[in-house]
Amino acid sequence: MNWLDNNILTLVTFAPAIGGLLLLFFPRRDRDIRVFALVVSLLAFVLSLHLPAHFNRGLAGFQFDKDVSWITTPNIHYHMAMDGISLWLVVLTTFLTPLCVLISWKSIHDRVKEFFILLLVLETSLIGVFVSLDLFLFYFFWEATLIPMALLIGMYGHGRRVYAAVKFFLYTMIASVFMLAAILWLYSKTGSFDFVVLQSAIRNGSIPNFSGNLPLLLFLGFFVAFAVKVPLFPFHTWLPDAHVEAPTAGSVLLAGVLLKMGTYGMLRFNLGLFPEQSRRNASWIVVLALIGIVYGALVAMVQPNMKKLIAYSSISHLGFVVLGIFSFTQAGLNGAMFVMLAHGVSTGALFMLAGILYERRHTYEISEFGGLATPMPAYSTFFLFIVLASLGLPLLNGFVGEFLVLSGAFQAKMWWGVVGATGVIWSACYLLWMYQRVFFGTVKHPENNSLPDLDLRERVALWPAAVMALVMGVAPLLWLNAIDPAVHNVLVPFTQFASKVVGR
Amino acid sequence: MTPNLHLWLIPILPLAGAAINGLFGKRFSRQTVAAVALAFCGAAFAMALWIAAQFSSLSLPHVEVLATWLRSNGFSVDYSFAIDQLSLVMLLIVSGVGFLIHIYSVGYMWEEGGYYRFFSYLNLFMFFMLTLVLASNYLLMFVGWEGVGLASYLLIGFFFLRDSAAAAGKKAFIVNRIGDFGFLIALFLMIKHFGTLDFQRVFDAVKPFSPETAGVGFLTAIALLLMLGAAGKSAQIPLYVWLPDAMEGPTPVSALIHAATMVTAGVYMVARSHVIFERAPSALMVVAIIGTLTAFFAATIGIAQTDIKKVLAYSTISQLGYMFLACGVAAFSVGIFHLMTHAFFKGLLFLAAGSVIHAVGGEQDMRKMGGLRKHIPWTFWTMTIATFAIAGIPPFAGFFSKDEILWRAYQASWIYWLVGVVTAFLTSFYMFRLWFMTFFGEYRGAAEASHGHDEHAAHGTHSGPGSRAEAPFHSAQGGSAPHGHGGIHESPAIMLAPLVILAVLSVVGGWVGWPGSLGGNNRFDQFLGPVFRVSTPAVNSEHAQAGESLPPEKETEGAEPKTGQRTELIFTGISVGAGLLGLFLAWLLYLRRPELPDQLAASLHGLYSAVAHKYWIDELYAWLFVKPLIALSGTVLWRGIDQGVIDATLNGSADGARELSDEVRHMQSGNVRSYAAWVAVGATAVIAYMVWVGLRTP
Repeated sequence: MNWLDNNILTLVTFAPAIGGLLLLFFPRRDRDIRVFALVVSLLAFVLSLHLPAHFNRGLAGFQFDKDVSWITTPNIHYHMAMDGISLWLVVLTTFLTPLCVLISWKSIHDRVKEFFILLLVLETSLIGVFVSLDLFLFYFFWEATLIPMALLIGMYGHGRRVYAAVKFFLYTMIASVFMLAAILWLYSKTGSFDFVVLQSAIRNGSIPNFSGNLPLLLFLGFFVAFAVKVPLFPFHTWLPDAHVEAPTAGSVLLAGVLLKMGTYGMLRFNLGLFPEQSRRNASWIVVLALIGIVYGALVAMVQPNMKKLIAYSSISHLGFVVLGIFSFTQAGLNGAMFVMLAHGVSTGALFMLAGILYERRHTYEISEFGGLATPMPAYSTFFLFIVLASLGLPLLNGFVGEFLVLSGAFQAKMWWGVVGATGVIWSACYLLWMYQRVFFGTVKHPENNSLPDLDLRERVALWPAAVMALVMGVAPLLWLNAIDPAVHNVLVPFTQFASKVVGR
Repeated sequence: MTPNLHLWLIPILPLAGAAINGLFGKRFSRQTVAAVALAFCGAAFAMALWIAAQFSSLSLPHVEVLATWLRSNGFSVDYSFAIDQLSLVMLLIVSGVGFLIHIYSVGYMWEEGGYYRFFSYLNLFMFFMLTLVLASNYLLMFVGWEGVGLASYLLIGFFFLRDSAAAAGKKAFIVNRIGDFGFLIALFLMIKHFGTLDFQRVFDAVKPFSPETAGVGFLTAIALLLMLGAAGKSAQIPLYVWLPDAMEGPTPVSALIHAATMVTAGVYMVARSHVIFERAPSALMVVAIIGTLTAFFAATIGIAQTDIKKVLAYSTISQLGYMFLACGVAAFSVGIFHLMTHAFFKGLLFLAAGSVIHAVGGEQDMRKMGGLRKHIPWTFWTMTIATFAIAGIPPFAGFFSKDEILWRAYQASWIYWLVGVVTAFLTSFYMFRLWFMTFFGEYRGAAEASHGHDEHAAHGTHSGPGSRAEAPFHSAQGGSAPHGHGGIHESPAIMLAPLVILAVLSVVGGWVGWPGSLGGNNRFDQFLGPVFRVSTPAVNSEHAQAGESLPPEKETEGAEPKTGQRTELIFTGISVGAGLLGLFLAWLLYLRRPELPDQLAASLHGLYSAVAHKYWIDELYAWLFVKPLIALSGTVLWRGIDQGVIDATLNGSADGARELSDEVRHMQSGNVRSYAAWVAVGATAVIAYMVWVGLRTP
């Protein structure tokens, strides 16, 4: 291990926040601030590329491990490491942030400095969530994401931004309290916040009084926090409001990364620490996920607001992730991971596209558009491409994950796969219907006739997402190679009772 | 050591063309766009010919693995391509007919806006269709399967300014997705039972099974689910509704995608999966019944259509029904035979119809045509050949394939045969009706009927009705005004050449399947033999009990019962007679006594109205599925549960409840349509039950 490998996670995590800190001392020259934010986010992205480049894909366990004692009482460690599960989520975060900076270039013109500071701090806390193995550290980053995100919504959002920010903050904050309680209980019994230590303690049965309802309560403590974040039906109603009011960059990171904190948490902590409880509770969780898939899609279909439509579609897509995770099959978990990444790219791009339109017309109402393919051909082509990726067209990124999830779910319980697979119909319905109403036909509102097509900056922001959507669909092994051993590792405790789960 | 054919190049070449035109075509001249599109599509066709030339030296099936696409644990899917007799036939049809239609389009689309976009989409279609045909596993086939759906979506909605075109594209995609849902579940079942999606490995795993004659097993479930996918792609009951609407696309698209190639993908898929279907007699029976019903049902609708392309669309649905009937009686090679001849004559019919539409300034209503044979002789004669071919008149191509289907259907059950013959009569009738209405009698349209002939000499720069640059968006509005550019005119040579080539194929294309009863040796059947013969399920003969459950040994091609020779000739006579009767009746009604059809329609008012309105199936579906779904989503789920219950707004909750009760009240209003709907629901339930039972068997 050389120095860089040893400290790379720290560097990647804190580079954006340090950039944000430097921004504090910047003079209020908006252009310079934007450029600097872009440079910092790009730097973080380049740094993060070190991770997949030097990641050992043959290993299932944690890599780039950094474990030093931080506070002795309570026994808190600065423990960061990553495996194939967190690897791509970090890269996804650093990939999306520069695009967020680009897409906010013009739309943010008041308090520009604060905006980019918040964005960069948000990036740091998001990365921190994925790489922390000390539960205290994890919880710290987990809650730290709330503040910049709520401020982004509350300060830079649209009409009912304060309502949405408060709703978002309260919902997820209250849910997180249960997780904090569970973490503290675990600490009180083991004297450690360390994920690895806790995991082996639970597996060895060396925690006193770990019986009766206790494991279930601990499981639920974590689960509720994650389920709200995902959001799993019926905890989802904060999401449409938050999205509709959030500025574009906020929506991109919210849908692209923040929601994945929930599914990542389920995979890492619910399955990792409480396999037995996960197995016992899988049936109702999967039912909620299936409801989310169908319900989110159906409600998306009738939304008059483009951003709300995308928000509800996220609920549907994240339902696939939860379905895959709680199928406890290799294909299901691989697929769940892949859906997370694919959804991050394509839904992130969809929100960018919606934001581009908002900059021009200051509305998300679908009925305000129609016939946009004529004045904005390049824009409508990008939009169609991302729509196709999102509805799971093979050779684009959405298909791979959904296919794996559904085949995994199908192996676990047939009807799970069958109900989930109806998603392929629903997603075509709501996306293509929306696309038709926005882009096809003749221009119905005269002011749309003169809408400018994409400019260079917007193209630069969209091309990476589009290319990524294609590459992920054509060569998914580049990602799956690293994911596969890691999720296999997660599934090890399940193999012993796999026969009971899969048993028919 | 077999040679490396680089099969992957065949689909990739048109993809390159699509990418070049799609990314840079905006800056190209029309000539460059056309040259790029033709070059890459032509290269694929050339490769297909090159492969055909050395075909006999290959060891079949010839499989080439390019790379691994997906891997999860032990399960993996490759980018792998294969060629055998079946895919060679498909490859030649797709690339050959596709290339001809590319050529035709150069002329047809010359005046349209979005020229580069059109050819980019068309090449993209070729990429996906060739992938579908060459894939050597089900998932790669599914890639092509979904991809052609995308290309179809883009091309149907090519004139996107027209709301009806945009809606038709969306409808096609969504209805296809319903079929794809079935396809996907079938794939999951295969993964579950065989752990692979590779054709060879799946079929090897299936071969030890004996036909599931007693009850329903998972093979039946797989077969039924595949059939659901096929019904979506190939426009069979109950998913055929998208195809007539798809006529919103430019006519070359209708010829290529919605007649010659894409819609036959379902037939190809069923034939490709014959090893599975042969072991699922009840699923085969469903295939045969759906095919028969669709053939008949669509033909009846075709009788009353007045839009020339709609007639052809329903005709396509009907002919696809024949192909499924053939597959359903386990005569897979005959189904493929008809697929091939149909690609020739139906591709030709559409292209010729496009030439007609082109000639009369974008008019598609046959009531406003008539007498055109003098003005557009090339179009007339080629279309005549195609009409005789589809009507099953010997020695045109359609005669051989259709006759063979009917004969094989009879051997399974006389009911299939009877419906098939009646359908053959209907086919002949509506096609000759089209022929007479378009080309005979007096011209009834608005375009100037003068100096049609000398027009096409100077066609290089002119072409196209009026200002077609903006015409596409208005051209199908029915009564299009006379275009100010001077009358009915024959199409340019670049459009006529494909017509002539297809016309030749519509004659001679059937001769490769000259049946034994007429002194031939059916070389087509023999050629495909190795694909379909190898897998005769080991079966005891006593299960060949009832007429409707076919005797499986029948599917060994070339082993026709000798006693049948005379009978077969009689049946051939009957089916030719049915075709001639249709010709006669069409002549009587639409040329001799043109006032009769209206009188007939008046006297058969109810029936005529039902047929003319396509049995209100679209309305039924809208009322049965679309509206309730949107009402459910909007009122119950979103306003009710999301805003009302979960967000605990008392107001919204009350609204939701009230609207819900309204919905329920609507559903109780009894009428005939709802009973018909319940019958459909019942049939669906039975099939769903079969699938379900199949799913549960380990």
